[in-house]
Amino acid sequence: MDLVVNGDRHTLEMDPRTTLLDALREHLGLTGAKKGCDHGQCGACTVLLEGRRVNSCLILAVTLDGASVTTVEGLAHPVQEKFLEHDGFQCGYCTPGQICSSVGMLDEALSDDDPPELSDAEIRERMSGNLCRCGAYPNIVRAIREVAAR
Amino acid sequence: MKTFTYRTATALDDGLEPGATFLAGGTNLVDLMKLGVATPEVLVDVTKLPLDEVTDLPDGGLRIGAGVRNSDLAAHPRVRRDYPVLSQAVLAGASGQLRNMATTGGNLLQRTRCRYFMDATMPCNKHSPGSGCPARSGDHRNLAILGGSSSCIATHPSDMAVALTALDAVVQVSGPAGARSFPLGDLYLLPGETPHREFTLEHGELITAVDLPGGSGSSAYRKVRDRASYAFAVGSVAAVLTVAEGTVTDVRLAFGAVAPKPWRAHAAEEALRGRPATRESFLAAADAELAAAEPLRDNAFKITLIRNLVASVLEGLS
Repeated sequence: MDLVVNGDRHTLEMDPRTTLLDALREHLGLTGAKKGCDHGQCGACTVLLEGRRVNSCLILAVTLDGASVTTVEGLAHPVQEKFLEHDGFQCGYCTPGQICSSVGMLDEALSDDDPPELSDAEIRERMSGNLCRCGAYPNIVRAIREVAAR
Repeated sequence: MKTFTYRTATALDDGLEPGATFLAGGTNLVDLMKLGVATPEVLVDVTKLPLDEVTDLPDGGLRIGAGVRNSDLAAHPRVRRDYPVLSQAVLAGASGQLRNMATTGGNLLQRTRCRYFMDATMPCNKHSPGSGCPARSGDHRNLAILGGSSSCIATHPSDMAVALTALDAVVQVSGPAGARSFPLGDLYLLPGETPHREFTLEHGELITAVDLPGGSGSSAYRKVRDRASYAFAVGSVAAVLTVAEGTVTDVRLAFGAVAPKPWRAHAAEEALRGRPATRESFLAAADAELAAAEPLRDNAFKITLIRNLVASVLEGLS
């Protein structure tokens, strides 16, 4: 099967049980997306599939022949600088997922027919699929809020 | 995860070989396969089928393709405008990532999150018929108060299906024996003595669409959960209400997280039609439905919870 990751096309041969997350980490050496819970509950594995944020741990790679995936390694987005500026992390394990999720979330809000106001409460709701064990949420919200305000 | 073979479905009436299961968004099925609770021998991927459209129906209603992703459904202009209860319910479920993956058909067919069902090493009459149900004396705080049996008190976890139940949704299915349609409530079986049988679909029948009738009243969904976001419901209420001159002329109510299926509250509706749209009538209607509740040691609080939710949601709509 073929998978386009961060703009590069790869031809992969894998056991059909391989998730997108394992394909990225174990077959392509892209370890940005993290394996947290491996059950779609923590968001650490979040990547962008055709531009939309998804949990890569719950997608079988075999279903994605020809699809385009963006991982944190392929991103250059203002939200990354804002995470640094506002210290939007402590241990950093959830950060790649937080970054990918916030990029997807901001796109969802921008492309909405009736764009929402991204208040802190709205950002928290829309980012609730990404858990941060260190509790860096206030600074994560600050970082995203600044990008959203642009 | 047990090994399986994979193929893509090529037509709506493809059907399924023995031991095969359809795969759509995979948010529940892939998880259950990792847990060893689901062990399909063949996965038939239906996401390449042309089922991802939302289209207007001649009667003013809406046809939602079974492959429409939850996020697209919630954001659809007509769903937002004409069926707010549905948009609210979808957005109350899961997370942004999961809603981008999960489909309309898959959501209806998702399995209970009862901890004993989710654990292949535990007895459970659903995943291992006849092995018993540890939930009755064990952890049942979030399990059923309505529609359960001595064999099983699992709850259906969907928010979306609760809204669709209140909207009188009709399910379209297709299979080797042809196409048919039926009210959403008829998709689900109550557990009785056979809790491993959950759906009325024949092997190989595929949900292709969900139809909503036109011309609903005002509607809303309210969900109570243990944390502010991204948690399954402890109890929820979907309501569609029409009030004329202070009197309830039409009402449709469904409860979530209290029964093995999205629970249409017919007794409450009956008790409310023609009554004044007051908190007193709303509470009396809730009581009419909840009289049949059979709570266990740790889930009796759901009776009070649903009672108050019914009153609060209906007051908000009237």
